[in-house]
Amino acid sequence: MCGTCGCGEAGVRVTELGTAAPAHGHGHGHASGHASGHGHTPGDGHTPGDRHVPGAGRVVALEEDILGANDALAAENRRVLTERGVLAVNLMSSPGSGKTTLLVRTLVDVGAELRMSVVEGDQETLLDAERIGATGTRVVQVNTGAGCHLDATMLARAMAALAPPRGSVMVVENVGNLVCPALFDLGENAKVVLASVTEGDDKPLKYPHMFRAATLVVLNILFLAVAIYNTRARNEVLTKIIDRCLEMPAR
Amino acid sequence: MAPSARTSAVHELSITQSVVDAVTRRMGDARVRRVRLEVGRLSGLVPDAVQFCFEVVAAGTTCEGALVEIDEPCGHALCRTCGRAFETGDVLPLCECGSADIAVEGGRELRIREVELA
Repeated sequence: MCGTCGCGEAGVRVTELGTAAPAHGHGHGHASGHASGHGHTPGDGHTPGDRHVPGAGRVVALEEDILGANDALAAENRRVLTERGVLAVNLMSSPGSGKTTLLVRTLVDVGAELRMSVVEGDQETLLDAERIGATGTRVVQVNTGAGCHLDATMLARAMAALAPPRGSVMVVENVGNLVCPALFDLGENAKVVLASVTEGDDKPLKYPHMFRAATLVVLNILFLAVAIYNTRARNEVLTKIIDRCLEMPAR
Repeated sequence: MAPSARTSAVHELSITQSVVDAVTRRMGDARVRRVRLEVGRLSGLVPDAVQFCFEVVAAGTTCEGALVEIDEPCGHALCRTCGRAFETGDVLPLCECGSADIAVEGGRELRIREVELA
């Protein structure tokens, strides 16, 4: 729980690099942060879906999307981003497959031209934000504490601190994890998933939800395939990964 | 080996929290005896983990002690090679004809169907 106002997400901290205290303030979009559990609307008696079961309690049909609260916040993020003309990319992969390294290199090459800014997601530390910050890029770190993924509320808070400029590109580096981040819409324009040679060619089969959610898959750490395989073995491994990505049923 | 509810309860925890939030928001102070959910077989959620997390996140709310019933609908697969239609619980189904070129619809439902009040 956030120590200042007691809003819902236990242990989540948003830090703007270069500031001592977590970028909390009260500008982090409280309205959205409280959208899920608060403002109790009292049960309004009998809705059309109600029915009485003899000997049991009153049954009320809800028919509500479980991810509806997150999806509504994601839609709000998407609206804000579209209004500002910001392209948002959600970068996901297992830990250690090179998300930050790829991002740092991209920032060095085209960061200024595309006016890029970055939201970093990790359970703990500002280490990645420091690597991004060293390139001169604006960056906000989200530490999820026990959390295993970023959700739309966290991105709303990060965006309030980052304020990505009009017509720019914002990259969101999600928590390294091939499972949970696949389920949470952040309001991004594209989900980019990294698959690295060192992880093996069976990753798309083992983590199909993530690869199915991907808009784009980037094959990374190719230099190791060059170093450890002969040409034939290398082609085999890379072909397998690519085929397995392409086998994902269309969304 | 099937994932254990305790070790796989990661995104299930925050998703189950959303369930309890939504039910308490819609039902106000009414005591909830039973919650019926729909968790599609291709949704990426482990129903056992949802059951386990529910006990934890419902504690101290109007949902405490409520029974959780979970319907698990399959996805509807259609093989683009041989035209066979079949039900599947796999995200990456294979057709009997050997084809992996398959369109899958449904099976990703994540809904709160109904609640029973005490």
